[in-house]
Amino acid sequence: MYCDECKKKPATVHLTKIINGEKSEVHLCESCAQNHHKEWTFGLDENFPLNKFLAGLLGYDPQSTQPSMNLSFSLPEKCENCGFNYNQMSQIGRFGCNECYEHFKEKVGPLLRRVQGANRHTGKVPHRSGGTIRLEREIQSLRQTLQEYVSREEFEEAARIRDRIREMEKKLGH
Amino acid sequence: MYESFVNKALSKWMEGTGDEGDIVISSRIRLARNLSTLPFPHLLNSTDAKKVVTMIHDALQSLQAQEEEKDLVFINLLELQPMERAILVDKHLISPQHADEVAGRGLIVSLDESVSILINEEDHLRIQCLYPGLELEKVWNQASKVDDLFESQLDFAFDEKLGYLTACPTNVGTGMRASVMMHLPALVMTNQASRVLASLTQLGMTVRGLFGEGTEATGNLFQISNQVTLGRSEEEIISNLLVVAKQLIDQERMARHLLLKETKKQLEDQVWRAYGILTHARVISSQEAMSLLSKVRLGTDMGMIKTVSPQTLNEMLVLTRPAFLQKVKGKDISAFERDAQRATIIREKLLTEPLNQ
Repeated sequence: MYCDECKKKPATVHLTKIINGEKSEVHLCESCAQNHHKEWTFGLDENFPLNKFLAGLLGYDPQSTQPSMNLSFSLPEKCENCGFNYNQMSQIGRFGCNECYEHFKEKVGPLLRRVQGANRHTGKVPHRSGGTIRLEREIQSLRQTLQEYVSREEFEEAARIRDRIREMEKKLGH
Repeated sequence: MYESFVNKALSKWMEGTGDEGDIVISSRIRLARNLSTLPFPHLLNSTDAKKVVTMIHDALQSLQAQEEEKDLVFINLLELQPMERAILVDKHLISPQHADEVAGRGLIVSLDESVSILINEEDHLRIQCLYPGLELEKVWNQASKVDDLFESQLDFAFDEKLGYLTACPTNVGTGMRASVMMHLPALVMTNQASRVLASLTQLGMTVRGLFGEGTEATGNLFQISNQVTLGRSEEEIISNLLVVAKQLIDQERMARHLLLKETKKQLEDQVWRAYGILTHARVISSQEAMSLLSKVRLGTDMGMIKTVSPQTLNEMLVLTRPAFLQKVKGKDISAFERDAQRATIIREKLLTEPLNQ
């Protein structure tokens, strides 16, 4: 059996539609069926994307056709760096640029608590753009090592670590 | 230069080696990084998008001038046919989104395909490392090393409080997604899989199918990854995932042991029937092939089938995908021809070594 539409390729997708008791059948090849995709899914978005959930969390309902009061008030608020505003952001669930995080600081905090359950990074710090925190983190972990040596009474090692900490603190300007 | 990546099916992750290689097929780390000077990819105009690609390409070249990362290759996705890009998706080198829209995007791949860097996908850089077996720490070290190298050349968007800044707030912090791909047939057969896997979401883990987001779990393959990227260090995220993976391995081994003890004949019957169909079928759908290959894999793991290597089984996960089958035929082929071609390839692969049972 060949495809009803292109009449070239064999039909591999067989559809039966029953509307108000009237039955109709269509036989299509895979590529023609793709084109009709929208019809068969009743126009529903079959993969409800994550960003719609995020949009909800960002405090804006994309489904609502009537702009709410706070929507019209928050519209002019734009990120100075990329020009993206909070409503655009909440519609696609993504930020515009790295400065958006700073610009929309008050909203970012609660949002991250909701999607991440935390709002402070404790992981890796880049060498160059990490600033002084890399050094601070290192000092912190050295202090822990120092404690361990002290508790094991390995004072020689402990003294060596202590000197290293002092040296690093000097670099930080303490 | 790119031909080798689309012509051969085998990538590093398919080697079937590594820790717990019989149950854990591969371990993956993905790091999201952005340049601090330009908006995130979805806001870039075509000129700026090209600029990002150039900046990253330049960074690679200057690294290579210093004798670093010699085996990384820059690939211009525009030079690839859509079918060839689909192959890169099947090999887990790029995401489906990255294959669809190629203008202003780029790709860097290592020769053994264990490292790939997607340029201008959701973030400016997505550094991805993929190894066979349960090797999360090794993969993390590799990914972190690549990250450090590029960071020595580029300014990454980083905030002292929030960590690495990403387009989507679900990636902010470490920007890291760690995942393991596991083959759990005995858990499925003993009806434990859905219950066990559902409980993982309560531990901040996500479970997906073989080909990532939005895909169904076919062939009893499950991809488990961390959900949260902020407030935990990379090492914590990895060790959590490692603990979960090890528990799943134990559960799976227990279920396998139970099946062997209680229903050995039925199990052998299922394995050999699957082998029989795969070595004799002339037309086979992707779905059927995946579920039968899972049984053959189980039979191989349990020592029932001795002539099929894990590497062959992993390779077949990619070889039997539509894009690769089309590539072999060299033209647009119908679904029916594809199913026939799939059956041929599986037969050839499984029968290359004579059965000495």
